[in-house]
Amino acid sequence: MSIETAKPMNWFDKLAHPGQFLIWSRYLVLPLALVSTTLFVIGLWYAFFNSPEDYQMGDTVRIMYVHVPNAWLSQFVYVAMAVSAIGTLVWRHPLADVSMKAAAALGAAFTAMALFTGALWGRPTWGTYWEWDGRMTSTLVLFLMYLGLVILWRSFDDQLRAAKLVAVLTLVGAINIPVIKFSVDWWNTLHQPASVLRAGGPAMPPSILIPLIVMTFAFTFLFLTLHMVAMRTEILRRRVRALERKRAVEGIVK
Amino acid sequence: MNAFVAVVAHDLKLATRSFGDLLTLILFFVMIGVIVPFAIGPDKVLLARLSPGIVWIAAFLSSLLALDRLFRVDQEDGSLLAFRHATISLETITFAKLIAHWLTSALPLILATPILAVMLNMDMTIFWRTVVSLLLGTPALTAFGAVGAAITVSLRRGGLVAPVLILPLSVPILIFGTSAISANAGPDAEVAAQLFLAGISLVSVSLAPFAAALALKLTQE
Amino acid sequence: MNNFTQLPARQLTVTDLGCVRAERQVLSGISLSASSGEAFLLRGPNGAGKTSLLMCLAGYLPVSQGSITWLSRDPDQHPGEDIHFVGHLSAVKPSLSVQDNLTFWAVLNGGTEQLVLSALQVAGLEHAASLQAMLLSAGQTRRLSLARLLVAPRPIWLLDEPTAALDSEGDRWVAQMIDAHLKAGGIVIAATHLDLMLDNSGQITTLTLGGAS
Repeated sequence: MSIETAKPMNWFDKLAHPGQFLIWSRYLVLPLALVSTTLFVIGLWYAFFNSPEDYQMGDTVRIMYVHVPNAWLSQFVYVAMAVSAIGTLVWRHPLADVSMKAAAALGAAFTAMALFTGALWGRPTWGTYWEWDGRMTSTLVLFLMYLGLVILWRSFDDQLRAAKLVAVLTLVGAINIPVIKFSVDWWNTLHQPASVLRAGGPAMPPSILIPLIVMTFAFTFLFLTLHMVAMRTEILRRRVRALERKRAVEGIVK
Repeated sequence: MNAFVAVVAHDLKLATRSFGDLLTLILFFVMIGVIVPFAIGPDKVLLARLSPGIVWIAAFLSSLLALDRLFRVDQEDGSLLAFRHATISLETITFAKLIAHWLTSALPLILATPILAVMLNMDMTIFWRTVVSLLLGTPALTAFGAVGAAITVSLRRGGLVAPVLILPLSVPILIFGTSAISANAGPDAEVAAQLFLAGISLVSVSLAPFAAALALKLTQE
Repeated sequence: MNNFTQLPARQLTVTDLGCVRAERQVLSGISLSASSGEAFLLRGPNGAGKTSLLMCLAGYLPVSQGSITWLSRDPDQHPGEDIHFVGHLSAVKPSLSVQDNLTFWAVLNGGTEQLVLSALQVAGLEHAASLQAMLLSAGQTRRLSLARLLVAPRPIWLLDEPTAALDSEGDRWVAQMIDAHLKAGGIVIAATHLDLMLDNSGQITTLTLGGAS
C-alpha cells in the first residue's frame, strides 16, 4: 500500500505563511532600521575618533572596521541561505524560497564590498590593489558563487521551480566551501613564501576589538533590515504576478 | 545484461553514433593548446613551465562544452520521465550516465594529451604526471559538471549558465590538478595534491548522482 | 495478441486531490477510484489538468492537498515499478534502431527479448526493426513509444493522448491494446478526446475535468 498525502499545517506554517509574514514583518522593519542606524553611529564614532592608529599602517587601518564585518557577513549570509535552502527542499516552505532569493543578492553585495574594501586596504599595505592571498582569493570565489546563484534565479521564468534548483546548488556550494578554502590556502602556501600582514596582529586590544564588534553588529543588523525588506518586496512582487496572470486568463475567457 | 550496464552501453552507443560531437570536443581541446602560443608567444621554456596549467584549463573548458548532452536530450524526448519508473533508481541511472560520459568526454581528451604535450614542449616526466593527474581529476570534473547540467537542464540556454555555476566549485580540482603535476614546494606537495585530487574525485563521484537526480526530479515538478 | 498472464491486482483511490504546478493550482478536488480491469478516460479542454493529473498519479508532481492511495499486495515493491507512463514525448532515440530502442526499455523495465519481438509484431513495426528510428513517420514513432507498454508487463497504465498522430487504424490498435490490458486485470487511466471503442471488458468511466481555476 502506498499513500501520498498533503501535510497538514501546524502553528509554524500558519505564522510563516507569506500573507501572515507580510502582516507581522511590517512592524519589524522600522525598529530594525533604527537599531542598525544607532549601531552604525556608535561604531563609526569609535572607528574614527576613539580607536588607535596602527603603528605601521596609520589611519588606513580604519578600513578594517568596514572590511572585516563585510567579510564576516559574506559568510554569514551564505549560512543563512543554506539554512533557507534546507527549508525549501525538506519542508517545502514558501518563505524559505523568498528568504533564499533575498539573501543571494544581498550576500553578493556584501561580498563585493568586502573585496572592494580589501583592495582599498591592500593598496597602502601591500602596494597593489589585489594580492592572491588565501582569504581574498576565497572571498573572490565566494563572490563568484553568489553571482552564479543570482544568475540562476534570473534564468528561470517559474520562480517556484527556480527556488528548488537554486536550493540544490546552494547546498552543493555550501558543502564545497570548506574544500575551496582549504585548497586555496594550500595553494597560497605553495606560491607565497612571505606571510601576509594581518590586521592588528595576533592579539587585539579592546580599543580595536570594541569598534570592530560594534561595526560587525551594525552591518549584521543592516543585513537583517535589508533582508526583511527584500523578502517583503519579493512576496509583493509575486502577488502582483499572480494577479496579472489571473487577469490574463480572465481576458481570454471574456 | 542488467539494467545498469544497459544504461552505460546505451549512452556509449549514442555518443559514438554522433562522432562529430566527439571530434569537436577533441578539436576544441587541442585548439586551446594551439592558440596559447599565439597569445603568449612561442617561448618554449615559458610554454613548458605553463603547460600543466594550460592542459588543465583545456580539459576543464572542453568538459564544460560536452556537458549539455548529458541530460538535455533525455529531458527533451521524455526519457527522464520514463527513467523514473525503471527497475533501477534514477540515482543509479545517473551514475551509469556519469560513467558513460566520462568514457566519451574525458577519456578521449586524455588520449589526446600527447598532442598538446608536443605543442607545449612538455617534459616527458611532466607528461606522464599530467596523464595521471587528469585520470585522477577528470572524474571530479564530470561529477561537478553533471550536477550543473542537471540543475540547468530545463533552461533553454542552460549550456551557457552551467559553466558559470560549476567554475567556482571546480577551483579545488584545478588547484590540486596542476599541483599534482608540478608544485613549487616539491614532490611532497605533489603527492599530497594527488591524494587530495583522488579524494575529491571519489567523494564527488559518489555524491553527484544523488544531487543530480534530485535536481532532475525537481525539474519535473 | 498479447498473452499476458494475469496481472497483479491493484486498487487506486484518489480523494480530493489538489496539485500546484508552475505557480498555478492545476488540480483541485479531484476524486476517483479504480480497481483491476477498470479504465478511466479523462476528458476536458486544454489546460483542464488532464496531463497534470496523470503526472500526479505517476509521482512526478507533489500532492498539495488530498491524497492518492494505491493498494497492492506487495508492500516491498517500489510503487513506481507498477506504472507505465506514456506521455506526449516519445522517449525514442532517433539514432538507434527501432529494435534497440525497445530492447533498452525492456532491459530497464524488467522485460524480456521475447516480449520485444512480439511487441514489434503487435505494433506493426517488425519490418522496420533494424532501421534507425529517425526514419519512422510520426505515427510509427507513436506506435514505437506505445510498444514500450508491451515489453514489460505492469498493472497500471497512465496514458496521455495515446492516439496522437495515429490514423483510425492506429486508434483501433490502441483500443485493442487497452482492451487486452484490462482483460488481464490491469488499470488504465488515459487522457483522450476520442471515444475509444472498447469491448465491454470491465468498467469504463469518463471523468471530465473543468477549465483551469
